[in-house]
Amino acid sequence: MLDHDVKYLKFRSYLSTYCPHCHNSFNRELQGDKTLNFDAIYEGEPLELILSPYLDVFEVKTSTKLNDDAVLDDLLCPKCKKSLINKEVPCGECGSPVGEVIISAFSKLMPFYICLQHGCEWHGLTKADERKIKLKIPRQDMPEQDKTLRVHNHQEVPYGYTSELALLEAGRCLQCKTPKCVEGCPVNVDIPKFIALIAEEKFDEAAKKIKETNLLPAVCGRVCPQENQCESKCILGLRDKPVAIGRLERFVSDFERKMDLVKPPMITESIGQKIAVIGSGPGGLTTAADMLLKGYDVTVYEALHETGGVLTYGIPEFRLPKSIVQFEIEYLKNLGARFEMNHVIGNILTLDELLEHFDSVYVGVGAGLPKFMNIDGESLGNVYSSNEYLTRMNLMKAYKFPEYDTPMPTGNKVVVVGGGNVAMDCARTAIRTGSLEVTIIYRRSRHELPARGEEVHHAEEEGIKFKLLTTPTRYIGTDFNTVKGVECLQMKLGEPDESGRRRPVPIEGSNFTFECDLAVVAIGTGPNPIIFQSSPKLKRNKWGYVEVNAETNETTMENVYAGGDIVTGSATVIEAMGAGRIAANAMHKKLSAIREQKLKEKKKAAKKAESLN
Amino acid sequence: MFQIVRKQTMAKGTIVRNDVSAPKIAAKVRPGQFIILRVNETGERIPLTVADKDSFAGTITLIYQVVGKTTALLRSLNEGDTIKDISGPLGKAAEVENIGTVIMVGGGTGVAILHHVAKAFKEAGNYVISIIGAKDKEMLILEREMLAISDELIITTDDGSYGQMGFVTDPLKKYLEERYDVKLVYAVGPIIMMKFVSQLTKKHNVKTMVSLNPIMIDGTGMCGGCRVKVSGKTKFCCVDGPDFDAFEVDFDELLNRNSLYIKDEKESLLASIR
Repeated sequence: MLDHDVKYLKFRSYLSTYCPHCHNSFNRELQGDKTLNFDAIYEGEPLELILSPYLDVFEVKTSTKLNDDAVLDDLLCPKCKKSLINKEVPCGECGSPVGEVIISAFSKLMPFYICLQHGCEWHGLTKADERKIKLKIPRQDMPEQDKTLRVHNHQEVPYGYTSELALLEAGRCLQCKTPKCVEGCPVNVDIPKFIALIAEEKFDEAAKKIKETNLLPAVCGRVCPQENQCESKCILGLRDKPVAIGRLERFVSDFERKMDLVKPPMITESIGQKIAVIGSGPGGLTTAADMLLKGYDVTVYEALHETGGVLTYGIPEFRLPKSIVQFEIEYLKNLGARFEMNHVIGNILTLDELLEHFDSVYVGVGAGLPKFMNIDGESLGNVYSSNEYLTRMNLMKAYKFPEYDTPMPTGNKVVVVGGGNVAMDCARTAIRTGSLEVTIIYRRSRHELPARGEEVHHAEEEGIKFKLLTTPTRYIGTDFNTVKGVECLQMKLGEPDESGRRRPVPIEGSNFTFECDLAVVAIGTGPNPIIFQSSPKLKRNKWGYVEVNAETNETTMENVYAGGDIVTGSATVIEAMGAGRIAANAMHKKLSAIREQKLKEKKKAAKKAESLN
Repeated sequence: MFQIVRKQTMAKGTIVRNDVSAPKIAAKVRPGQFIILRVNETGERIPLTVADKDSFAGTITLIYQVVGKTTALLRSLNEGDTIKDISGPLGKAAEVENIGTVIMVGGGTGVAILHHVAKAFKEAGNYVISIIGAKDKEMLILEREMLAISDELIITTDDGSYGQMGFVTDPLKKYLEERYDVKLVYAVGPIIMMKFVSQLTKKHNVKTMVSLNPIMIDGTGMCGGCRVKVSGKTKFCCVDGPDFDAFEVDFDELLNRNSLYIKDEKESLLASIR
């Protein structure tokens, strides 16, 4: 390929994907090797331009020799045979008769004109045209680490969108007048607005827009189950695939962070009231941030030696890099939050003691008590709870043993029991730490797997096997009391239970043994008893979780609020954040009333004193 | 950061006593409770029991035997050095009431825990009989401290180099046979010792509490690594214990679980020495 072609194409690296006349898409499916094909006709010969939006590598396939200046002028649409350069368009800026159309630029997804006389730039398209074009753009995939490579490292799997891909994806959003996606978001992020800002290439403003309602976009963009939340409501999903809201969220927050554009907002004067937040997981952090922005003094108590809660000890590095979590927490510190580590509330301080020093307390301790099946052999060596396995790997960084002192649990044949996201995380961690074969055992069928589709897909890509409709009945140990196998029972699906999922029923006599030398039990968690042991006033519901007023998230103890997994049982990051927000608003309302009351009394007293004088 | 204000080595340097400045923990910790510490950024989290506290000076006393890399690392710290993280107090405190006569049995480093609990029993007004044992004279710890808080103190050593020759169960057996007013036996030490103590007390039907020390990571009920079987149910030592009714504990399972990492520990220790 000639140098000048490269120059030309690079100059148009946001290149033209739609014919301005017939709207023929040149963007033939994103190819496996991450290239976009672009067809046109040049001097009667078909021309194929292959360009990669990621690598800036271009290739032209044509039998005709391209000459220096002609390239742009003489390109014809292969379908309608009209020139891709619309010379009849008058310049929209200066009115000169000749305007050059650079068809639809990635950024605007509408014709982009350059006045050949003065070099003015403008674009214009009717609403209907725009819509037509938008509907033709396919949902953009995120480039990701190759599956054969990534099983050998702990780096993040998807690389995230490039700005070109983000513009293209943002261009798909129809900007609905009554956006359904916002309803689907537990913290009601203004999704159409931030996508519109992306389409305008205002990435940092888009990030700020999200941060108005969601403090942790980099985290949510990665771990939220968008397909059940915002994206499930997207109108585009009815006929095609929904807008990739999560990926866009991830893109702008990454952009903001990498470009060093994050600046903590100015905080209005401190209003003197103090809030204690227990637990530095997603819910606690949201409450903390909301209250900080409102001017309260916030102290966050964390039981472990590292902040972030489940984001740190639970979700593995390859799904959520810890540097991102710490970056977001650093942001909170800049807002003025105080973090007290190694404080197990209930032991070192009780809720009552906290209330002596703080006006309100938020309990976001999560549901961290691992469940076991109570079957034989569960206490054997190399049988771990998912919590222990992931805590060792993530929090204690056992995968870096012996650089870190915590021993790494390893096995050649690994069995993970359970079908949720945590099970996928365990299985994928195991394959990354050198296991030869990792199998997920789940008692229902594939359709009922509670994990996100994307996680299941990634797991399968990485070679993780699924043994569905299977349940373990006992673990078999070696002479050294470590596990050597698991005895399982085949299941079949029966009638639907209360959750609407079909109940698995064991098939009698279908026992079989499955060999393994490491087993991870990932069947969910329950409430941690510590906080209740010292606070009998804190009422628990029938499942053992904290009982709260659904509107305010206030518990049975006055001025003590709770939310997240400790109220609902295991749920998602964003739901915990939503709960934290509800509590923050309720706290603010109540404390504001108290403040005003005090102010009134003060004024009254002052008046009284004055009148006495 | 928590500063070590006093360091003392005992038992030929294999057992170390550290007084660590931790005012908040010192104000709260009760007998039987423990802490989890991490020496430095790359360190492991290990549970250690609090042998004593001085809430006035704001210090807690940690006594530990050097068995693996982390404890070796901890021993290498001197007075004035700091420990990165200490989380605590953790676990439930021992139930201490005035019940009459109690026998406190401790073996090896278990005597460190025993001391804190025995002190509380004494302060509650009980008649405290203490039996402490060690491998030999050199390995015996806290003799003077135990003497100060016990009404009777019996010492046993495996080789007879000090006190009575034999195991702690020998004098215990004698006491149980001779005295009918023993209301409680509290035992802490190697699992095998606790197992034999509980077999013995079961014969005499005397309520027995044991303080368990399984493998632990977070100490807050999160990992389930410290699970023990108590009356057939899975319990977590860090939130449901560490004290359990000895007659209900499945000691054999605990023995198996605690021996899981012995090989790793040795490897890690050797690697750190190299």
